[in-house]
Amino acid sequence: MSGGSYYVPATSKWPILGSLALGGMMLGAGLQMVHGWGAPLLGLGVAAILAVMALWFRDVVRESLQGLYDAQMDRSFRWGMGWFIFSEVMFFAAFFGALFYVRTFALPWLDGEGAKGVAALLWPDFTASWPLLNPPDASVSGPHEVLSPWQLPLVNTLILVTSSLTLTIAHEALKEGYRRTCRNWLAGTVFLGACFILVQGFEYYEAYAHYGLTLDAGIYGSLFFLLTGFHGMHVTVGAIILAVMLVRIQRDHFSGDDHFGFEAAAWYWHFVDVVWVGLFLFVYVF
Amino acid sequence: MASKLPKSPLEHSAGGAGAAAESPGAPPRGLLRWLLTTNHKEIGTLYLVFSLSMFFIGGIFALVVRLELFQPGLQFVEPEFFNQMTTLHGLIMVFAAVMPAFTGLANWMIPLQIGAPDMALPRLNNFSFWLLPVAFTLLLATLLMPGGGPNFGWTFYAPLSTTYAPPSTTFFILGMHLAGISSILGAINIIATILNLRAPGMRMMDMPLFVWTWLITAFLLIAVMPVLAGVITMMLLDINFGTSFFNAAGGGDPVLFQHLFWFFGHPEVYIMILPAFGIVSAIIPTFARKPLFGYASMVYATASIAILSFLVWAHHMFVVGLPLVAELFFMYTTMLIAVPTGVKVFNWITTLFQGSISFETPMLFALAFVVLFTIGGFSGLMLAIAPADFQYHDTYFVVAHFHYVLVPGAIFSIMAAVYYWLPKWTGHYPSERLGRWHFWLSVIGVNLTFFPMHFSGLAGMPRRIPDYALQFADFNLVSSLGAFLFGFSQLLFVVVIVKCVRGGEKAPAKAWEGAQDLEWSVPSPAPLHTFETPPHVTPQPHP
Amino acid sequence: MPRRLAWLSGAGGFALSPQVLANGWNMPVGVTDLSREIHSLHMTIFWICVVIGVVVFGVMFYSLFRYRRSRQPQAANFHEHTTVEVIWTTLPLLILVAMAVPATATLKNMYDTGDAELDVMVTGQQWRWRYDYLGEEVAFTSSLSTPRAQVRGEEARGETYLLDVDNPLVLPVGRKVRFLFTSDDVIHSWWVPELAVKQDTVPGFVNENWVRINEPGIYRGQCAELCGIDHGFMPIVVQAMAPDEFDAWLAERRDEAAQEALGVDRDWGHEELMTRGEEVYAAICASCHQPEGQGAPPTFPALAGNPRLQEDLGWQLDTVINGVSGTAMPAFRNTLNPVELAAVITYTRNAWGNATGDVVQPARVAERLAR
Ligand code: HEA
Ligand code: HEA
Ligand code: HEC
Ligand code: CUA
Ligand SMILES: [Cu+2]
Repeated sequence: MSGGSYYVPATSKWPILGSLALGGMMLGAGLQMVHGWGAPLLGLGVAAILAVMALWFRDVVRESLQGLYDAQMDRSFRWGMGWFIFSEVMFFAAFFGALFYVRTFALPWLDGEGAKGVAALLWPDFTASWPLLNPPDASVSGPHEVLSPWQLPLVNTLILVTSSLTLTIAHEALKEGYRRTCRNWLAGTVFLGACFILVQGFEYYEAYAHYGLTLDAGIYGSLFFLLTGFHGMHVTVGAIILAVMLVRIQRDHFSGDDHFGFEAAAWYWHFVDVVWVGLFLFVYVF
Repeated sequence: MASKLPKSPLEHSAGGAGAAAESPGAPPRGLLRWLLTTNHKEIGTLYLVFSLSMFFIGGIFALVVRLELFQPGLQFVEPEFFNQMTTLHGLIMVFAAVMPAFTGLANWMIPLQIGAPDMALPRLNNFSFWLLPVAFTLLLATLLMPGGGPNFGWTFYAPLSTTYAPPSTTFFILGMHLAGISSILGAINIIATILNLRAPGMRMMDMPLFVWTWLITAFLLIAVMPVLAGVITMMLLDINFGTSFFNAAGGGDPVLFQHLFWFFGHPEVYIMILPAFGIVSAIIPTFARKPLFGYASMVYATASIAILSFLVWAHHMFVVGLPLVAELFFMYTTMLIAVPTGVKVFNWITTLFQGSISFETPMLFALAFVVLFTIGGFSGLMLAIAPADFQYHDTYFVVAHFHYVLVPGAIFSIMAAVYYWLPKWTGHYPSERLGRWHFWLSVIGVNLTFFPMHFSGLAGMPRRIPDYALQFADFNLVSSLGAFLFGFSQLLFVVVIVKCVRGGEKAPAKAWEGAQDLEWSVPSPAPLHTFETPPHVTPQPHP
Repeated sequence: MPRRLAWLSGAGGFALSPQVLANGWNMPVGVTDLSREIHSLHMTIFWICVVIGVVVFGVMFYSLFRYRRSRQPQAANFHEHTTVEVIWTTLPLLILVAMAVPATATLKNMYDTGDAELDVMVTGQQWRWRYDYLGEEVAFTSSLSTPRAQVRGEEARGETYLLDVDNPLVLPVGRKVRFLFTSDDVIHSWWVPELAVKQDTVPGFVNENWVRINEPGIYRGQCAELCGIDHGFMPIVVQAMAPDEFDAWLAERRDEAAQEALGVDRDWGHEELMTRGEEVYAAICASCHQPEGQGAPPTFPALAGNPRLQEDLGWQLDTVINGVSGTAMPAFRNTLNPVELAAVITYTRNAWGNATGDVVQPARVAERLAR
C-alpha cells in the first residue's frame, strides 16, 4: 500500500476536450455515412483526438518525470492497462464468436445439416463450404477465390511474430540499461509493424482487385474484413505507440526499473500479435 | 460487518481543507470547475445529477407510452412514434439512468469506503463522465432526424435494426459506442481503485459489500461492453457497407445478432442489480443495528451470480428456434441463478432477525427492495422454465418481471442509497417527513403500475404494441394511472434532494447510529479531499 | 368508458370488472394436450413461488414487527451459521430440480415434430401472415380486417377488436399439424395462446413447431415480436374444424386456386383489374405506401404522383416482383399470383391521379415471372 503521496491532479482540460473531440468524430462519421458530407468533421475530430491525446500524455509524462508518481501509481497504471487489454480481448472474442457461430451452425443449417437443417427448404441449391464462395442467395456474389494462407498471410505472420521477438529483446536491453540497443531493436519493431501494415494493405488491394473478395461478398468477406480490419487498425495504433516510445527512449525518459509506458506498449503489441495468430489459424488456414 | 473500523475515532486528518494535493495555481471556479474536475466527489455528483435528469427524460417517454395505452385505440401518438418512445425509454433508463447512477455512487463512496484519496485514475474518471452527455445528446438527437429515432426496441434485433431501420440508426450506433467507451473506462478505473487503493490493513474480505459488488460489476462491464461494441459495429457494417452478418442471403444469421446481444445483455441486467445488492447490504445492518449475516457467503453468492450470468444468455431466445439441447442447457443454468440470489435474500432477512430495527427512509426503500425484487425474481424464475416461456415470452408478463427487478429493484436501491448517503454528501439529513411521503407514494405507484402487467401478460397481451384488444383494457387503465402516480411522486424526490442540499438538520460524521463503514469516519459533509493520508484499518480476525 | 372509470373508484376494483372476469387473468388452459401441460407447469411453478414467498416474507415481516426498535432496543450480534447456510443453499437446489424434471419432459414433447399429417408453412411479412399448405397447392395471406376507423375511434369497437383477419388459418381438429415458420423480411413471432404455440419467424431460416387441436373453435393471437410500425396490427386467427369439414374446405380452396391460375391466360378488362387491384393494394401495399399512395417519406416513397412509376413500367414490374434488396420493399414474386400482381400494378398506375391509362395483363406478368 502507499505512504500517502498518491498523486491527484488538480484539474485537467484534456478529458472534456477529448470527449467533445470523440463526439465530433462520431458525428462526422455518422454524417458521412448517412448523408455523405461529414468527412471534414470526421477528419477534424480525429485530428482533435490525436492532439488531445498527445497533450494529455505529455502531462502524464511530465508528471512522471517530475517524480510525482510512486509505486502505487505505477500499479494503478498497470491494472488500468491490463484491464483495458482484457476489454480488447473481449472485443475480438465477439468477432471470433461470430466466425465460429457462422461456420459451425449457420452455414451447415442453411445447407440442411444439423438441428435446424430444415432451413435448407429455402435454399435448395446451397452448399455450405468454408471459405464460402457461393452465398445462399444469388443476389450476393461471393469471392471467386480466396487468398492462400501460405503466401502473404504467412509472410505477415512471420513479420509479426518476429516483431514480438525484437520487442522483447528491446525490452530486455532497456531493463539492463542498454539504451542504444533498446532503441535499435525498438526501431526494428516499428519497422516490422509498418511492413505488416503495408503487406496487409497490398493484400486488401489484391482481394478487391483480383479475387472479388470484398466487404459485400457474403459472410466470408464480411468476417474476413471485420477480423483482419480491426486487427489492422490495432497494429496501426500499436505501431504509433511504439514509435512514441522510440522518441521517449531517445529522450531518455525511461530507467531500467521504471518504464511502465514502454511496458504497456509492449503488452499491447504482444496482445495484437496473439490475436493475429488466432486470425491466421482460423481465418486463413482452417 | 466485515470492514473493521478501529474502535476509537480515527486519528488521521480525514478533513483538512486539503489543497495539498493540488498543483500550484488556483483551481478554476464556477462552471469550469465542474467541467475540468478530477475529484471523485464532484464527478460522483455529476454522474448522479446526469442520471437523475435522464431518469426524468426516460420516465417522460414511459409516460407517453402509458398515455397511449391508457385505453384501446390510437389517441395520442402514431405507432411509429410509439415505437421510438418504447425504444428510447428502455435505452435511456438502462444506459443513462441506472448505470450512471451506480457509477456516480461508486465514485462518491468507494474511495470513502476503502480509505482512498480519490479514484485511481482521476483524469480518466472525468473523461468517462463527459462522454455520457455527448453520447446521449447524439442518441436523443436521432428523434429529430428524418425518419425518426431508433424504433426497434432497446434490444434492436436485426434485421429490423439494420435493413429495415431508419437512417438515424447509424447515429444511434455511434452514440452507443460512446456510452460503451464511457462504461468500460469507468469500470477500469473502479477496478484499479479497489484493487490498488485500499487503506493499509484493509484486506479484500474486509471491504464493504458495496465495494465487493462493484468490483464484480466492473469486471462484468469490462467483459461484456466490448461485445456490445462488437455487435453494433457489425450492424454498422451491415447498414453502411453491405456486409451480411445478419443476413441469410449472404450466409449470415439474424439469430447471431441475438446471441451476441444477449451475451452482453444478460450480464448487463446483473450489472444493474449487483451494486443494488451492495447498497442493501449496507443499509439493512445499519438500521437493524446488527452485523450483516453471512458476509463471506454474500461475496461468494455475488461472484457466482456473475459467473453464471455468462452462461444463461439464451433464456431471452427460447422461442427464436434454438436446438433442444441449447434450450435445456440455458434453462438449467438460468434456474441455478435462483440459488445464490436466494442466499442473498435469506442473509438479509436473517440480518433483520433479532435486530433492533428502525424505519428511517433509507431502510424503508431497502426493505421494499427486498420484497419487490424477490417478487421480480420469482417471475424471472417462471420465465426461466423454457416450455412456459413459450407462453410468457414477449408479453407484458416479461415487462412486469423486469420492471419489478429494475424499478423497485435497481431504482429503489438507488433512492435508498441517496437517502442513506445524503447526510454524508450535504451535511444535512433529508427530510424524514417528505421522505416517507415519497416512499409510500412510490411503493403504491409502482405496484399499481406493474402488478397488473402480470395479468395482462398472462391473458395474452404482447409487449411493444401501441394498441390492444379490449380484454386488456382494465389492466392497462390501472397501469397507466399507477405510472402517473409513480412518475409525479418522483418530483418529491427532487424536492427532498434540493431541500437537503440547501439545509436541514445537521448531520454528524456518523450520521446513522448503526452505521459501520469507513465513510462515516470523515466529517459530514465530506470535505473535498479525504484520506489524503491513508487511515490505518486494523485487520481483525475474520468472523 | 364511464363504466370502466366507475370501477376505478375502488383501488382493487379492476379485479371485478366483468371484462376481466370473462377473459381471465391467467394463462389460458388452451385446447391442446401440450397447452394443458404447459398451463399446469405454469401453475406448479407459480404455487411453489407463492409458498416460498409466504415463508420468506413471513419471516421477514415477523422480524420487522417483533424486533422493531421500540420492542427490542438491543440487537443480537450473531452473523454466521454454516448449517443454515448449507440448508438454504441445498433446499432451493432440490426445489429447482423438482421443477426441471417436468419442464424437461414438456420441452422434449414440444420439440417432437415427427409424424405430422399436414405441413403448413407460415411466413411472416410486414404486416400480415402467409399460409402455405405444403403439397396442397393452397396458399393465401391473412391480414388485419378490423377497420382503421375503429382504431381511430371513429366507429364503435367490435368485440374482437384488432383480432380479426380477412382469411383465417383453417386447421383440422385431431390431426397433428406441423408448422414451418419463416419470414420474408424481419423477425415476427406467430403466437396463439390457446394453442400454446409461439415461434419466431426468422428470415432465411426455418423453425418448426406443431399442434394437435382437441376442440373445434376460433382461436386468436397476435404477432409477438416487434416487427415495425404495424407490429400491433398483425393478428392471427385459427379456425379449427372437424377433419371432414376441413378436407372439404381444402378441396374448395384448391379449386379456387386452379381457377385463378386459368385467369392468367385470359384478357382482363381495365375495370376488373382496377377493382381487384384496389383490394390487393389495401390488403398488402397500403401498410407501407399508405391508403392514398402518399407514402411515408423518407422510408416509404409515395406512389401517387411518382414520376418514375408513371414513366417506366418495366422498372415498376421489376420493383414489385423482385423487391428492392436492402430496403423494406419486399419481393412479391412468391406472395402474389400473376393476376394479383397485374391488378395491383394496373391499379397503382391509374389511381390517385396517376393517369397512365396502362392496363397490365396477367399474361405479361407471368411471362416476366418466368424469366
Ligand atoms: C436487474 C435486472 C434483472 C434481474 C436481476 C433479473 C433476474 C432474473 N431474470 Fe430477468 N430480465 C430482465 C432484467 C432482470 N432479470 C430484463 C430487463 C429482461 C427483459 C429484456 C427484454 O427482453 O427487453 C429480463 C428477461 C428475462 C427472461 C426472458 C423472458 C423472455 O423474454 O421471454 C428470463 C428467462 O429466463 C429471465 C429470467 C431471470 C431470472 C431467472 C432471474 C434471477 O436472477 C432471479 C433470481 C431471484 C429469485 C428467484 C428470487 C429470490 C430467491 C429466493 C427467495 C430463493 C428461493 C427461490 C426458489 C428456489 C424459487 N429474465
Ligand atoms: C431501469 C430501467 C427502467 C425503468 C426505471 C423503467 C421505468 C418505467 N417503465 Fe419501463 N422499460 C424498461 C426499463 C425501465 N423502465 C425497459 C428496458 C423496457 C423495454 C423497452 C423495449 O421494449 O425495448 C421498458 C418498457 C416499458 C414498457 C413497455 C413498452 C412496450 O412494450 O411498448 C412500459 C409500459 O408501460 C414501461 C413503463 C414504465 C414506467 C411507467 C416506468 C416508471 O417507473 C417511470 C416513472 C416516471 C418518471 C420518473 C417520470 C417523471 C416525470 C414527470 C413527473 C414529469 C415531470 C415534468 C418535468 C420535470 C418537466 N416500460
Ligand atoms: C413492408 C413495406 C412495403 C410494402 C408492403 C410494399 N412496399 Fe413498395 N416500397 C417499400 C419501400 C421501403 C420502398 C423504397 C425502396 C427504395 O428505397 O428504393 C418501396 C418502393 C416501391 C416502389 C418504387 C417507388 C420508388 O419511387 O422508388 C414501388 C413501385 C412499390 N414500392 C410498389 C409497391 C407495391 C405495388 C406494393 C404492394 C403489392 C408494395 N410496394 C408493398 C416498402 C413496401
Ligand atoms: Cu409481425 Cu410483430
Ligand atoms: Cu437475462
